[in-house]
Amino acid sequence: MTSQVIIQAIISGILMGLIYALIAAGLSLIFGLMEIVNFAHGDHLMLSMFSTFWFWMLFGIDPIFSIPLTIILMAFLGVFTHYFIIRKILNSTMLIQICATFGLAVTIRALAQFFFTPDFRTIKNPIIQGKFEVYGVFIGYPQLFASFVCLFAFILLYLFVTKTETGTALQATSQDRQAAEILGIPSNKMFALGWAIGLSCVAVAGSMLSNYYYVFPDVGVNFSLFAFVAVALGGFGSINGSLIAGVIIGIVESVGGLLIDPSYKLLYVFAVYLLVVILRPQGIFGRY
Amino acid sequence: MLLNIKNIDVAYDDYQVIWNVSLNVKEGEIVALLGPNGSGKSTILNSISGLIKIKSGEINFNKIQINKYETYQRVGVGISHVLERRRVFPYLTVLQNLLLGAYHEKAKTEREKSLQNIYNFFPKLKDRSNQIANTMSGGEQQMLAIGRGLMGMPKLLMVDEPFLGLAPLVIEDLKLIFKKIAERGISILFVEQNVRLALSMAHRGYVLESGRLVIDGVSNDLINSKELKRVFLGS
Ligand SMILES: Nc1ncnc2c1ncn2[C@@H]1O[C@H](COP(=O)(O)OP(=O)(O)OP(=O)(O)O)[C@@H](O)[C@H]1O
Ligand SMILES: [Mg+2]
Repeated sequence: MTSQVIIQAIISGILMGLIYALIAAGLSLIFGLMEIVNFAHGDHLMLSMFSTFWFWMLFGIDPIFSIPLTIILMAFLGVFTHYFIIRKILNSTMLIQICATFGLAVTIRALAQFFFTPDFRTIKNPIIQGKFEVYGVFIGYPQLFASFVCLFAFILLYLFVTKTETGTALQATSQDRQAAEILGIPSNKMFALGWAIGLSCVAVAGSMLSNYYYVFPDVGVNFSLFAFVAVALGGFGSINGSLIAGVIIGIVESVGGLLIDPSYKLLYVFAVYLLVVILRPQGIFGRY
Repeated sequence: MLLNIKNIDVAYDDYQVIWNVSLNVKEGEIVALLGPNGSGKSTILNSISGLIKIKSGEINFNKIQINKYETYQRVGVGISHVLERRRVFPYLTVLQNLLLGAYHEKAKTEREKSLQNIYNFFPKLKDRSNQIANTMSGGEQQMLAIGRGLMGMPKLLMVDEPFLGLAPLVIEDLKLIFKKIAERGISILFVEQNVRLALSMAHRGYVLESGRLVIDGVSNDLINSKELKRVFLGS
């Protein structure tokens, strides 16, 4: 095995990892804000991919142009999800909360099977395609572009949360809901905003993935598993943590697949997860 | 009358903890709410700031009935609540905590001025403005919590056990600061377990026992009251 092959695996891993990072950031933000795990996160990713696919299929809009449209759709879906489902279970027991978002996941997937059929779809001839070679390492343009866009979105998210007033209010709500409320910060609006942002993250990731990935109703499953591992690894509620954790998982998946056997990719990622649970249950940057 | 509470009942689910309590606070007045553990002092402050909804009765503030208002709307009419055990935002800086105190529209326009005022009261907060709140000492966090409450430009500042865990010298400082705040026309309603301490600062006091008001009056009368001794010493 040459060093080129390993470098190739690491680079592919990092590129994929940046996408995992953005997906995980959305999940982590929602969890940090209201301590609810969005088990439908992968299915929201799937919806974003289908949204991108249909914009292309029905209106001929290329994925790089439909990103804003998909973001708007998903943000609205996030707000809608909060007001019609999450708000009602905020004070319920954890079991009920799990059932609610898990049920949402099953429903979304079933509806997707029904309306979109289980077929595997691809976007043919997108604007960004092909690959290039440097020193024997191949990098696909869609992959590279996707990770740049996800990294960019991630940075925007980070700046929003840490540097703006609304972002600080969002953090305050996540740290102490009552204390925030008495200062005049309406937590219900903050939660809706959190859902809008969380689903906007998967909207960006989904749009970019559909440039080169199959689009089908079950596509979100593995992504959401990886996102959960990334959130646990990075620390529940930590946005920075999801960046590092996403990239680590991307590399573990890709290098593990290369060194041992690609069909056990999931196993390596879960081995990492188990290690985290045993050695540092609160994750790299976690407070929980 | 700034704050006027009429015959409120408060319950956690079916478990009633406040029975028919009436209480009022005038402009610029310092009022103590006294009572043993679990007598319902915090519950009363929480119903004024809206963290818990009252079952019956009325809460009027500045002649507006506010008991139907959402919690986040009440700071806008002039009520700041400094919660029991400080409750600063642990992972935000001192400055971020303070600025969030002026989140609502009216306070936001005066934010810089309020900040300077608070730095005058608590110079330490200025020196530590970039420190993460949960790395501050307990006493410093108490200053921060009070400063954050003042940033909302309240007409009424409610403070739940402000002196808990503070050194005697710090307590004296804080008492002076509360007096200065009241001299500026801001009323203070505070909860305290230490009767002597509370009445040395307050103009008036109310005494709660098991969710019912048993006595109230001006501090000098209360301090010698037999009823007060019975509530606190059980004799
Ligand atoms: N969230 C809650 N759910 C159920 N009961 C509660 C809740 N909060 C307080 N109580 C009960 O209400 C009563 C009054 O509590 P409260 O906290 O108002 O007392 P307090 O006078 O502030 O006591 P302390 O001096 O210990 O702070 C207590 O019997 C308490 O057990
Ligand atoms: Mg209390």
